[in-house]
Amino acid sequence: MTTNKQEREFLSWGKHPKPQGQSALHIRSLRDPLPHLEGARTVLPFGLGRSYGDSCLNSDNSLIPIAEFDHFISFDPGTGVLQAEAGTSLRAILETFVPKGWFLPVSPGTKFVTLGGAVANDIHGKNHHIAGTFGRHVRRFELLRSNGERLVCSPTEHPELFAATIAGLGLTGLITWIEIQLIPIRSPYLNTRTTKFRNLDEFFDISSESDALFEYSVSWVDCTSEGANLGRGLFMAGNFSESTKPNKRSNLSLPFPCEAPGWLLNSFFMRSFNTLYYNKQFSRVVEGLTHYEPFFYPLDAILDWNRMYGRRGFFQYQLVVPFEQDRSIIKEIFTRITKSKRASFLAVLKTFGDLPSPGMLSFPRKGVTLALDFPNDGAPTMTLMDELDSIVFAAGGALYAAKDARMSPKAFRASYPRLQEFTQYADPRFSSSFWRRVTG
Amino acid sequence: MNNIMIIGATSAIATEVAREFAQNGASLFLLARNQEKLETVANDLRVRGAKTVHTATFDALDLESHQRRLEQAVELLSDLDAVLIAHGNLPDQTECQRTYQETERALQTNLLSPIAFLTWLANYFERRGRGNITVIGSVAGDRGRQSNYVYGTAKGGLATFLQGLRNRLSFCGVTVTTIKPGFVDTPMTQHLAKGPLFAEPRIVAKRIYKAMTRGQDVVYAPWFWRFIMLIIQHIPESIFRKLRL
Repeated sequence: MTTNKQEREFLSWGKHPKPQGQSALHIRSLRDPLPHLEGARTVLPFGLGRSYGDSCLNSDNSLIPIAEFDHFISFDPGTGVLQAEAGTSLRAILETFVPKGWFLPVSPGTKFVTLGGAVANDIHGKNHHIAGTFGRHVRRFELLRSNGERLVCSPTEHPELFAATIAGLGLTGLITWIEIQLIPIRSPYLNTRTTKFRNLDEFFDISSESDALFEYSVSWVDCTSEGANLGRGLFMAGNFSESTKPNKRSNLSLPFPCEAPGWLLNSFFMRSFNTLYYNKQFSRVVEGLTHYEPFFYPLDAILDWNRMYGRRGFFQYQLVVPFEQDRSIIKEIFTRITKSKRASFLAVLKTFGDLPSPGMLSFPRKGVTLALDFPNDGAPTMTLMDELDSIVFAAGGALYAAKDARMSPKAFRASYPRLQEFTQYADPRFSSSFWRRVTG
Repeated sequence: MNNIMIIGATSAIATEVAREFAQNGASLFLLARNQEKLETVANDLRVRGAKTVHTATFDALDLESHQRRLEQAVELLSDLDAVLIAHGNLPDQTECQRTYQETERALQTNLLSPIAFLTWLANYFERRGRGNITVIGSVAGDRGRQSNYVYGTAKGGLATFLQGLRNRLSFCGVTVTTIKPGFVDTPMTQHLAKGPLFAEPRIVAKRIYKAMTRGQDVVYAPWFWRFIMLIIQHIPESIFRKLRL
């Protein structure tokens, strides 16, 4: 165990906020007890740092880096049950198991996350309407608590701690290993269909028709067009194919070279990008065979894409609002965003299904979710997000903790009804910048 | 290559190289200091597709034990196609300057222990008439610098030893590969401030795997270190001695 101030800085993906007085506590083995903590210091496990806001930071306290604990423990080729250390990345799982005919049960939009992070945020993906969240496919895991206890948790063993740790934001202890159920695939390719929609009404219609036909679906939405084009975009859906394509694709991924200057992401640039992207296909519907990598992880091809937003970083804002009510809420949200002219490239829209999420603090719930980036322009960005908050919370919606850097304690309490219950399972020596902010 | 021995197998770089071999169905014999870590790595390699994985512990300071381990490897795998020597540590230069004992330990671990393995392996592969021996050296061995010249001495000495060995074995079809990694982001360099020159162990490991399967001679990893070291080696000594490197 060593601490050192010179060491690389641990930042979140949005590079905002910047942690202060944060140190790393390196552990040598997952079989050792947790390091001794001085005074009232707390720790937080840190994986690959893909959480956007402050849920993976621990200012004035310590992080325990876990990404080096990335070993597979066992795999049963008969059942597809995989056990691995918590620092194992989804990329490693895919690289090893796709050639053997297995895939992740639920995958987020990047493969650069650890299994521990996938559990701690109860991540969701393009198949939420069929498979629910990642936590539903977790069979069990081991939790190391600060009092030295090692507990194997599953839906039947320590079920409360199991439910608290899934989406528990790393606050219930250190997850050492995780056992998940992989799903069989016949091919690394998907039969895909991309459909243009001219406005939000069309999106809702296509979405409700397609959910029964496609395991995977997600939409990219243009957040710069107003009026009749409000909420136009591309609906991308797919099913794993039965056939394989013989040609090999390249694994080239290029790093974003440096932190971009602030003036680059102006509204003219954004509008042009969005218009070009919307018009990348001429016909309304395009079908094809697509490799899983560009389908699931289009942005992973640009390593460090967050540098695009420069030193000041950016906010990611992901909301969910209940579906039943009416389409006017999501329309109102889009109207606010397009009027502000602050939205960026990446606006993603998806309907969540009604499969219950297993975690006490899980974000996904039946409704529509929208995720988008806002470059950090200071006060005007904050004002816009405050306005969006008032619409989201009035409609009974919620924001995703993994992407949050600014939600109020009141909003957090209101949108996570099992918070009180969760608190009793949090480990007293585990905390995060996010946790102190929203419970403060 | 089917039968591979890896010495220092639980280091970040060596584990990644072992994964490349495991994915391709190789049989492996792993040596490292810590049995618990060895078991962790061995299980990982089995899941990834290794045909068989054997493990044994060793102590780099116990040179007498080295030959036994090599004989054990040949016994268990029945034959060796390639060996990767990857063990070593980054000695504390200040401590080495204070006491000779510390310097001696550093040279034992990073120079004499690899040479003890190599002496036996050279004769084994010479008899066998084909195969590859790969050793992880360092760019630090290319020129002595005040900040880590003891480590540099070990790695520089090792590089010279390997040059000679390569020359000797080239007549019987055995390749000897010297890997010179630059800065790699591993537990060994945990205490150093990270800059843009730091590479991921996985990237370096992929390069090592390629070098081993092709039987290349001297490989810098990542590649740009060849040019950095070319410049550093050509700075006149009268200037170099005044630099704070």
